[in-house]
Amino acid sequence: MKKCFERLFNGLIKENPTFVLMLGMCPTLAVTTSAINGVGMGLTTTAVLILSNIIISMLRKVIPDGVRIPAFIVVIASFVTITELLLEAYIPSLYESLGLYIPLIVVNCIILGRAESFASKNNVIHSAFDGLGMGLGFTFGLTCIGIVRELIGNGSVFDIAVLGESYEPLTIFILAPGAFLVLAFLVALMNAIKLKKGRDTGITGDCDKLCRNCPNTGCAGKRIDTEAVR
Amino acid sequence: MSESYNVSASPHVRSAVSTSKIMFFVTVSLLPACGYGIYQFGFNAALLVAVCIASCVIFELLFELIIKKRPTISDLSAVVTGLLLALNLPCDATWWMGIIGSAFAIIVVKMLFGGLGQNFMNPALAGRCFLMICFTARMTSFSFDGVTCATPLYTIREGGYVQLTDMFLGRIPGTIGEVSTLALLIGAAFLIITGVIDFRIPCAYLVSFVIFMGLFAGHGWDITYLAAQLCGGGLMLGAFFMATDYVTSPITRTGRIIFGICCGLLTGLFRVFSSSAEGVSYAIIISNLLVPLIERMTLPKCFGKGGEI
Repeated sequence: MKKCFERLFNGLIKENPTFVLMLGMCPTLAVTTSAINGVGMGLTTTAVLILSNIIISMLRKVIPDGVRIPAFIVVIASFVTITELLLEAYIPSLYESLGLYIPLIVVNCIILGRAESFASKNNVIHSAFDGLGMGLGFTFGLTCIGIVRELIGNGSVFDIAVLGESYEPLTIFILAPGAFLVLAFLVALMNAIKLKKGRDTGITGDCDKLCRNCPNTGCAGKRIDTEAVR
Repeated sequence: MSESYNVSASPHVRSAVSTSKIMFFVTVSLLPACGYGIYQFGFNAALLVAVCIASCVIFELLFELIIKKRPTISDLSAVVTGLLLALNLPCDATWWMGIIGSAFAIIVVKMLFGGLGQNFMNPALAGRCFLMICFTARMTSFSFDGVTCATPLYTIREGGYVQLTDMFLGRIPGTIGEVSTLALLIGAAFLIITGVIDFRIPCAYLVSFVIFMGLFAGHGWDITYLAAQLCGGGLMLGAFFMATDYVTSPITRTGRIIFGICCGLLTGLFRVFSSSAEGVSYAIIISNLLVPLIERMTLPKCFGKGGEI
């Protein structure tokens, strides 16, 4: 059970696919024009991720090593097709706004990445939780970006106007360049928080200046830089 | 006699030219254009210039205080950025647009990449393009004598008639700094005579632009049309004051000519084939992005190194 929670935490914070692993950048940048799109895309990916992780974990002893990638893709593509048809049937508005990016979930590297690095080596329960953690982490990332972009670029959050009539939206934030700007600032913010936390907990206290073996990924060599400046 | 044998580390020859001096010269050379803009467009133009300069300096100072770096506002580069940004705004722009543009120019384009000398594109132009994408309607509505009207560039694009002397002297609608070609040329002459800017970039820029327009604009080598294209829009301001920015232009002489040609061709391309009548700012920042490649291509080889060529 402990491992299950560890997997959840890992996906949400420690190895957050959007802010730390930087995986699945195409949907991250393309569909987050509004918060609701971010949540929709995140949850759709989560569903596919959990199901494909479960099936791949079940089949991990059956799939021959040489053809594992095509086999994974077949599993993932099946679930994406199911999800796509379900979305089209029951949430047509979300289906319309996500458009092409739903079939593109097949090539989302988070899903293939988790299948390859986790589900094909671990049991079903752990894989399911890994999928859930990663999926929720992805949803969290997309929602954060979506909220910021929608707030600045449209003056609203989840389609509710919050900044009032007199606010003139900075349209660039719901266009493609805004996605890059917001992503960069959020990643910088996450790294700043991590760095500060690392300092507070004293992880960087015994810095041996060998970053290769250091567990503190949030530091990213900055401690050596700051010491050099001093 | 003994004190004449000072032993010190290199550099031994120091130039009297410093960053703040160059920036001061650029500011002075922009004063005619700036003064004419304020004279023509009135109080709002003066307010925009003041707001842009003040917010650029304040943002740079604040950023450096927050990340605990030594403040560098005394090199006057933020003043130049603010002034150029203001000169690139239409006179009807509001003061908060100036602040937003300055914030983007200084914080995102300049300071986040490492401050003066590290910015990969001209901050003032990047700020202008940012505002252009955010507030397209406000950035493309120009007024003259209180009446909203089309810029001369747009008029000739639609096949209308423009008064060439008015365009040269500046009695036309446009952004604050770009209207008076005469005032800009005075400033440019001052910069070239004092040796602050290299004539190669603006010359290559203007010549390649004229050739492009003559070949592809569909008016042939009509002198009036070409002169109107040269005087219209931000071409003079861009060619003399922004394409020549030290940080974002090549250091080699050949490189500067190639860079100028890039700017000229792109400006012509945007003016003739794009949906808008103006394209100087996009042309310059896209050419800015090509500068590292141009430099790598034109860097002279050390004696004795390299192959046949």
